[in-house]
Amino acid sequence: NCGSALTKMSRRYDSRTTIFSPEGRLYQVEYAMEAIGNAGSAIGILSKDGVVLVGEKKVTSKLLQTSTSTEKMYKIDDHVACAVAGIMSDANILINTARVQAQRYTYAYQEPMPVEQLVQSLCDTKQGYTQFGGLRPFGVSFLFAGWDKNYGFQLYMSDPSGNYSGWKAAAIGANNQAAQSMLKQDYKDEITREEAVQLALKVLSKTMDSTSLTSEKLELAEVFLTPSGNVKYQVCSSDSLSKLLLKFGVTQPAAETS
Amino acid sequence: MECVFGLVGNDFAVVAADTSAVHSILVHKSNEDKIMILDSHKLIAASGESGDRVQFTEYIQKNVALYQFRNGIPLTTAAAANFTRGELATALRKNPYFVNILLAGYDKETGPSLYYIDYIATLHKVDKGAFGYGSYFSLAMMDRHYHSGMTVEEAIDLVDKCIVEIRSRLVVAPPNFVIKIVDKDGAKEYAWRESVKDAAVASA
Repeated sequence: NCGSALTKMSRRYDSRTTIFSPEGRLYQVEYAMEAIGNAGSAIGILSKDGVVLVGEKKVTSKLLQTSTSTEKMYKIDDHVACAVAGIMSDANILINTARVQAQRYTYAYQEPMPVEQLVQSLCDTKQGYTQFGGLRPFGVSFLFAGWDKNYGFQLYMSDPSGNYSGWKAAAIGANNQAAQSMLKQDYKDEITREEAVQLALKVLSKTMDSTSLTSEKLELAEVFLTPSGNVKYQVCSSDSLSKLLLKFGVTQPAAETS
Repeated sequence: MECVFGLVGNDFAVVAADTSAVHSILVHKSNEDKIMILDSHKLIAASGESGDRVQFTEYIQKNVALYQFRNGIPLTTAAAANFTRGELATALRKNPYFVNILLAGYDKETGPSLYYIDYIATLHKVDKGAFGYGSYFSLAMMDRHYHSGMTVEEAIDLVDKCIVEIRSRLVVAPPNFVIKIVDKDGAKEYAWRESVKDAAVASA
């Protein structure tokens, strides 16, 4: 845990994002990643017929109006969606930026923006906050799920530093290291979308801190192609999610908590 | 008096342009190539203000190349056409480019295509198109003889018919033309049609 490894020396190099520490680290960027390590987790899995995103909801009051708004999953464009982990208000700014970038591309080229280009563009924005302007970095990590005609289904993970990479399966937020190693063990290259949903729910149930899993604590979304060849982003309804949790046998309390 | 025209065949697109560079009553040269190779599988045939023509088409060519360097994939013909139109549109109400363009391309997924882009940023996807005074003659010939799915031989024959009409019926007709073609194997020069050759410089 890089938080506990910081020495008193680091206090001198904390306050501005735009300077390196003597060891060549950017503390503000690292602190941003700390913030995300305490946030609700999210998992993404790439399958041959779609991308699955599952998120752990931290705000679970019964008073919450959950009919239309989502906490973890957002649609960026018709062919790209994302899951977030971290500071929600920071995430909203970046999601809006990504949406504008996607529309600006379509305005110029009359075609959907290739997924990697969208991710790269957003990450270039995030990188700016680590180098100039005197503003702190965004405390958000993203999992981007999308489809384009160049590379088909894709999954990307990005963090506050502005780095990104493509993944077959990835986890962000709390306990992401445990989730990532579980995914590494159980992921198979030719996994189907249904198997990916099962794997994501299984991994999340094992790494979540709560004692039992219900559909109120989760969000599940999938990006896939309809029979007519259009990209569809679908958020699973609460009822369907409950049924899936029962079907895959993950509603009982987790046998071991991480 | 510049003539540019083009058409789409069964798995290729062909464009032809005159090759005279004229300033008032003086012909600077009669072998000016006005069809630029935009990238491996796209051609831009441009006519209009000569400074604008080169400036604008090179700007588009370099931006298309930059896209490919940045993103590892080429732009589709449609995307390049829309980008080109967008640049003309943005400049239109401040500092317009007086350039008319026929953009021909070949995409693996969608085959050959031709885009008509005029100087006030009109964009049309077309099977055949033409600009300039020569268009009165070339469009008439193409309307009469064009059909979809033409072979290269048929298309070049039609191009030659258009050139004959322009040469015989347009006052101050340009004497020379260049023909370029784009198909699955790429964009390349097909032929020149010269009725006047620049005289060789006398040796010292």
